[in-house]
Amino acid sequence: MSRIGVFVCHCGLNIAGTVDVEQVTAALAAEPGVAWAEDYKYMCSEPGQQKIAQAIAEHKLDGVVVAACSPNMHETTFRIACANAGLNGYMCEIANIREQCSWVHSDREAATRKAAAITRSMVEKVRGDEALVPIKFAVNKRALVIGAGISGMQTALEIADAGHEVVLLEREPHIGGHMAQLSETFPTLDCSSCILTPKTAEVGRHPRIKLLTHSEVVEVSGYVGSFKTRIRRNPTYVDWDVCTGCMECMNKCPKRVPSEFDCGMGERKAISVAFPQAVPYRPQIDRDSCIYFANGRCKVCERVCPTSAIRFEQEPEYVEEDVGAIVLATGYDLFNKALVGEYGYGQYPDVIDGLQFERLLSASGPTAGEVRRPSDGRVPKQIVFIQCVGSRDEEKGMPYCSKICCMYSGKHARLYRHKVHDGQAYLFYMDIRAGGKGYEEFIQQGVEEDGLVYLRGRVARVFPEGDGLMVWGEDTLSGRKVEILADMVVLATAMVPRHDARELAQMLKVGTDAYGFFSEAHPKLRPVESLTRGIYMTGAAQAPKDIPEAVAQAGSAASKVLALFSGRELEHPPIIVELIPDLCSGCGLCVEACTYGARSIDPVSRLAVVNDILCQGCGACAAACPNGATVLRNASREQILNMVEALMQDE
Amino acid sequence: MIQSRLVSKTTLTRQGELPLVYAYYPGCTLHQQAAGFRESTARSAQALGIELAEMPTWQCCGAVYPLAKDNLFGVVSAARNLAAAHDLGQAMVTVCSACYHVHKRTNRLIATDQDARAKLDAYIETEYDGSGEVLHLLEVIRRDIGFDALRERVKVPLLGLKVAGYYGCLLLRPQEELEFDDPEAPRILEELIEGLGAQAVTFSHRVECCGQYLSLSNPAAAHRCSGAVLRSARRAGAEVVVTSCPLCFFNLDEAQAELAREDPEFQPLPVLYFTQLLALALGVWERPWLSAEHQVDPAPVLSRFKLPVAEPAGNGE
Repeated sequence: MSRIGVFVCHCGLNIAGTVDVEQVTAALAAEPGVAWAEDYKYMCSEPGQQKIAQAIAEHKLDGVVVAACSPNMHETTFRIACANAGLNGYMCEIANIREQCSWVHSDREAATRKAAAITRSMVEKVRGDEALVPIKFAVNKRALVIGAGISGMQTALEIADAGHEVVLLEREPHIGGHMAQLSETFPTLDCSSCILTPKTAEVGRHPRIKLLTHSEVVEVSGYVGSFKTRIRRNPTYVDWDVCTGCMECMNKCPKRVPSEFDCGMGERKAISVAFPQAVPYRPQIDRDSCIYFANGRCKVCERVCPTSAIRFEQEPEYVEEDVGAIVLATGYDLFNKALVGEYGYGQYPDVIDGLQFERLLSASGPTAGEVRRPSDGRVPKQIVFIQCVGSRDEEKGMPYCSKICCMYSGKHARLYRHKVHDGQAYLFYMDIRAGGKGYEEFIQQGVEEDGLVYLRGRVARVFPEGDGLMVWGEDTLSGRKVEILADMVVLATAMVPRHDARELAQMLKVGTDAYGFFSEAHPKLRPVESLTRGIYMTGAAQAPKDIPEAVAQAGSAASKVLALFSGRELEHPPIIVELIPDLCSGCGLCVEACTYGARSIDPVSRLAVVNDILCQGCGACAAACPNGATVLRNASREQILNMVEALMQDE
Repeated sequence: MIQSRLVSKTTLTRQGELPLVYAYYPGCTLHQQAAGFRESTARSAQALGIELAEMPTWQCCGAVYPLAKDNLFGVVSAARNLAAAHDLGQAMVTVCSACYHVHKRTNRLIATDQDARAKLDAYIETEYDGSGEVLHLLEVIRRDIGFDALRERVKVPLLGLKVAGYYGCLLLRPQEELEFDDPEAPRILEELIEGLGAQAVTFSHRVECCGQYLSLSNPAAAHRCSGAVLRSARRAGAEVVVTSCPLCFFNLDEAQAELAREDPEFQPLPVLYFTQLLALALGVWERPWLSAEHQVDPAPVLSRFKLPVAEPAGNGE
């Protein structure tokens, strides 16, 4: 006969307000095998936990049921309390009578009956439970960081500084991400390159950072502590080990095309390095624009290269990296402005987006930092900045706020006024969202010191008028229609996830939200972890954020990785499936049922096997197995049937 | 029964083989004020191998799609037309923006709103599930012929003619119901104009309101709207404006005498239906406008386009 203790929590009035907890306690006390039952106002409190420990000692309990909130909340708390009192933690079960009962019912009598039934069924479960110990396994103390923008670089540096090796992966041929494209940064107006390049240089020379640029992950397998990844290194058509970075090839290359780094505002050569401070400072050939690749003639770069580093025959290479943790830092794309036809982006050359304006402001940009119109090179005397293009727009764009645009539009307008003293800047906004240290002051200074004209309202239409752009808008504070004949229009477009973020998420089994941003394990309390253990996220790949936030989150992700690497072994919960080989026919239904890749058929024995670490204990395979050969620990068929019977007892 | 008719409709419109047969719904205006619109449509469609067979019975579309969601009475007559076209097993084709607007939206309402459908079925005493198709002639040209192929059919390329394609509201909005073109940056009229060899001018007011029925209740306000449209087209260099909406046509054309009285600088701009330009370019009608129907005579601008002499075509009207 078992000796089970039942502890019923009031949760203040959360449970006791709807459920008669005394009655539940009395009903459970009368159950056979229940040696002790009591109720208390807050079971999770210190005194509540002490009551459990005391009862275990006094009544020699061999199982415990806590009837309280969801096991997501306090299962760990109560299991540890039991373990401290000498009872195996897995002999403690939670009966959820809050989320699944008191919170969703109002009929007190029926809710009380239901709470008793739920608790009774957990008593049945505990009766069949076995004492378990966590599974221990080794951890490979190397990390992979995907994306080398400011957030990814920061994560890599912090992990590497703590003494662990990091593989830092970047799709582009250089590191630095979007921050490398920015001119100055808010709210201090310090030059972006000046604060970024020390980081890129440090990444480039760090002995424990293995930098893989022009590379993408193509395959990931394994689990926390032991991931196997396959990485494609896209060809640059230049042997970077032989190249000295003299850039003679770039100087002599006859083919000019619009520069992606300059967002089409300037030109680059078919063989080029994106910007002067690029790390690594090595050129690559763009196959799509190279004359040789198009018609088999040219090879000027090969002729002028003093070290014979050009390799037209280069093919993608594949490398494998084994790591213990992965951090996603893939950053953002800009919203497709063509969807907002009324602003004429793509139709009128002087309607540009914020990133393009950064390039016009940047000293390393196509105009060497002078603000000039793309159409005729004239210095614009009136610029209209339109905020929330695609953001907070349920109809055409994204319902969310992109968070950084109020600040960078204010910054753009201020920098413009600093460069063009007789210029006028108008900003159409919905609300100014300047929450951050020094942010509100920055916006105020823009109005007071730089004479920025803020107009609260939306712009209806932009169209060419003479050689300018007519902007029709609305000033909702004065209630009037506004018409501004501008020389240039700058759109503050929404931040959206990378176009292929979902594919990467699928490869890594990481969730994404409705828009394709990576989903964190908990929006408040676990902001950098994914639901897949050992995979973390940082930066704008998780949600729109600015540089300070992206850096802070990078530190947080790094500290999670370091915590994982701090012990010699990792623990995995023991509630997983087991195979009874004598019953297995090797049909493979369990392999199909498993979404975690934890089930496979052994090629020699032709029987199913379980990968203990990949198994999350969901039980899908146990349900799928036609022979009952797969058993979920502490949720056996007998236990489940007994639990169902206990639930049906009143019916 | 209805199923088999549906199949026949599909084969007719999807095969891409001429002749293409459609249930043609001309609407009241084409039978009253806009004879030029009616005739140019008929001749152009014939030249393009699009068979517009006028529906044996049809009635007024209702002209205005009701603003109140529960006012189904305003769409009963459109529902009856849609059911009739469906019974013919053909997609309904219109050229008038208003007829298109009301039928397309009514059809969608029937297809997506069970309650509305049941009530309308009761009114029209037949069952119709909204599975028929409503097309504007511009869509038919885009889909079945293509604007590039249209270029090859042109007998009289309208070289050098600067044309303002005026959309107004009814063709474009609400986009999620009409699915006609991007309501902010539409292209279909420009593609047609360029397909005819003319030059499409982009002007600021091409999707702004013409004044609509304000021309009855508050003509001054309507004139302000249509004046803004005409001036912006003129500023962009247009020599002629085309539309597919009889009300837009009326407002733009009618306003000009008054606008000229108010403003001596105002330069009149002839207004045409798109099919009139089409008929001219296809060489099926040398004067596809009836001067009596136009306040601003298009003849001075358009008379420079003549059928090639070698072509033994008629001399127009």
